[in-house]
Amino acid sequence: MTKTSRLPPVATLGPLIALLLAVIFFATQSGRFLSVQNFSLILQQVMVVGLIAIGQTLIILTAGIDLACGAVMALGGIVMTKLAVNSGMNAYLAIVCGLLVTMAFGLVNGLLVTRIKLPPFIVTLGTLNIAYAITQLYSGAQTITGLPPAMTFFGNTFRLGHAEVNYGAVLMLVLYLFMWWGLRETQPGRHVYAVGNNPEATRLTGIATDRVLLGVYVTAGLFYGIASLVSVARTGVGDPNAGQSENLDAITAVVLGGTSLFGGRGMIVGSLLGAVIVGVFRNGLTLMGVASVYQVLITGILVILAVTTDQLSRKGAR
Amino acid sequence: MKLKHTTVFAALLAGAGLAFAADAPVIGLITKTDTNPYFVTMKKGAEAQAAKLGAKLLTAAGRIDGDNAGQVTAIENMVAAGAKTILITPSDAKAIVPSIQKAQAQGVMFIALDSPTDPVSAANALFATNNYTAGELIGQYAKAAMAGKPVKIAMLDLFPGNPVGAQRHNGFMKGFGMAAADAKSNELSTNPAIVCSADSYGDQAKGQTGMENCLQKDPGINLVYTINEPAAAGAYQALKAAGKEKGVLIVSIDGGCKGVENVKAGVIAATSQQYPLKMAAMGVEAGVTYAKTGKKVQGYTDTGVTLITDKPLAGVSSRDTKYGSDMCWGNK
Repeated sequence: MTKTSRLPPVATLGPLIALLLAVIFFATQSGRFLSVQNFSLILQQVMVVGLIAIGQTLIILTAGIDLACGAVMALGGIVMTKLAVNSGMNAYLAIVCGLLVTMAFGLVNGLLVTRIKLPPFIVTLGTLNIAYAITQLYSGAQTITGLPPAMTFFGNTFRLGHAEVNYGAVLMLVLYLFMWWGLRETQPGRHVYAVGNNPEATRLTGIATDRVLLGVYVTAGLFYGIASLVSVARTGVGDPNAGQSENLDAITAVVLGGTSLFGGRGMIVGSLLGAVIVGVFRNGLTLMGVASVYQVLITGILVILAVTTDQLSRKGAR
Repeated sequence: MKLKHTTVFAALLAGAGLAFAADAPVIGLITKTDTNPYFVTMKKGAEAQAAKLGAKLLTAAGRIDGDNAGQVTAIENMVAAGAKTILITPSDAKAIVPSIQKAQAQGVMFIALDSPTDPVSAANALFATNNYTAGELIGQYAKAAMAGKPVKIAMLDLFPGNPVGAQRHNGFMKGFGMAAADAKSNELSTNPAIVCSADSYGDQAKGQTGMENCLQKDPGINLVYTINEPAAAGAYQALKAAGKEKGVLIVSIDGGCKGVENVKAGVIAATSQQYPLKMAAMGVEAGVTYAKTGKKVQGYTDTGVTLITDKPLAGVSSRDTKYGSDMCWGNK
């Protein structure tokens, strides 16, 4: 059994350096940028993408990709809110139903990838459309309001010194820590890396690669469901048009975080940094009074840089 | 809401290229999307009017706002299905023009609903809200409400370069008594009183993010202009989280049922209501007239806008939320 691959320093440090440079730049541009309150704000603005990115990282580590993550998250949110508000279901039960729906999508993706050997890109392109359509049909394209308090808990904040800290952001950080530990220290976690590195060799060592992949897709679905709950809590509504930019935003966060699209190499914490980098640019540019479209431009440039770094370091590793 | 079987059936027929019997005029309605309650309402209005006047209605939409290719496909399919009038809310005002001209050459009349083509004359007629006026109304209301107090404004706009976004933004400034570009400009005017701007894309989550960042930039903001009511709901969420929901005035535009509810609840101080049902009904009527008499409609018809608020102010004419919810669009 191979150990978790040690990353070349540049891939690990890349996102951290980019983040530090951005922070230093905005700190010189706006007196309101460098504060605990503002950083807490940025975390709360990236928590939905950050949670989706956990699931997306797992899939990308196995050399797959999930184009449907945002659409599945939107469906989970609509299922939860509609059951609780329109069908009068107990809020906690409704949340569980939402999580079950997003995990069911993960199961379908996983079965199609492992049993019929379809490429993840195509499978999730299909489920992207299916999830989107079900969301629209089930909600009648209507936003759902009047949510029970249990569903908006993660949108609430508590005071920490001078800052308002969001429960959802804390949940995201805790889950990142947990997954970071899980991927490094547990056997299933190491199997994820192994399958991503070399599925054939892993199979020959007697590990049930299909079961690992299936587990990865279902776990990703669970994280999309948690993201549904946090997204619903943040906006206070069930929004059928949620998640459309998150599909690609989550992949962006993973790539910026230095996880290789070729599988088997990367760090879950990198994805958090990737999501935060995008949030820092959006927040900083607004504070500077610069149009947010520049954030999109900068994000694009950073993605190319990150992938280039990954490619060069792979060459160097051979 | 259940799927409209008639619509699906009509679309299937259209796809098969079958023309309907000549005695029932065929009218097409192409909206930007079929997921926005505004366009869903428009579709309902058109369906009701078509049923009343004995016309066949075909409907189609782009996949997302800005999906021009989807609208081009819809025009082709509707012309094939024998539509003589097509009502369209252009997703891309410039890009749709060649497709419109091609169909017009085959005798199809085009009426732009809700927003104009570019040039406006590319469609035979335009039935729409005057977005600049809609902005002016909430600008005048905000001016009266602030009653000469020093003002710090946050603008939650749509996205750069969009004419509707610019007209509402500049109209609001004009109504507030600030110098601003006229209705022809797609540029957002600025003023020292506007301490922060953010693009909301008309989306609640993005509106909330924009407002959070604006409050971080200047906690003293006391007036918020929002492009539409979802963005306003997002702004309110951000203000509430900061404990500032009491002292800040939010004004908005649209008059959707959820928005009017928010005016009633005190979340939004005032909103400019527009009437998509009316646009669609007038469009269908014009289509039936054209089919029966060969007479085309022309020029711009303003379908009207009303300021809805429960706190009327001297010098600004408005109606209350009861009227607003009677006339609102979307699900009540």
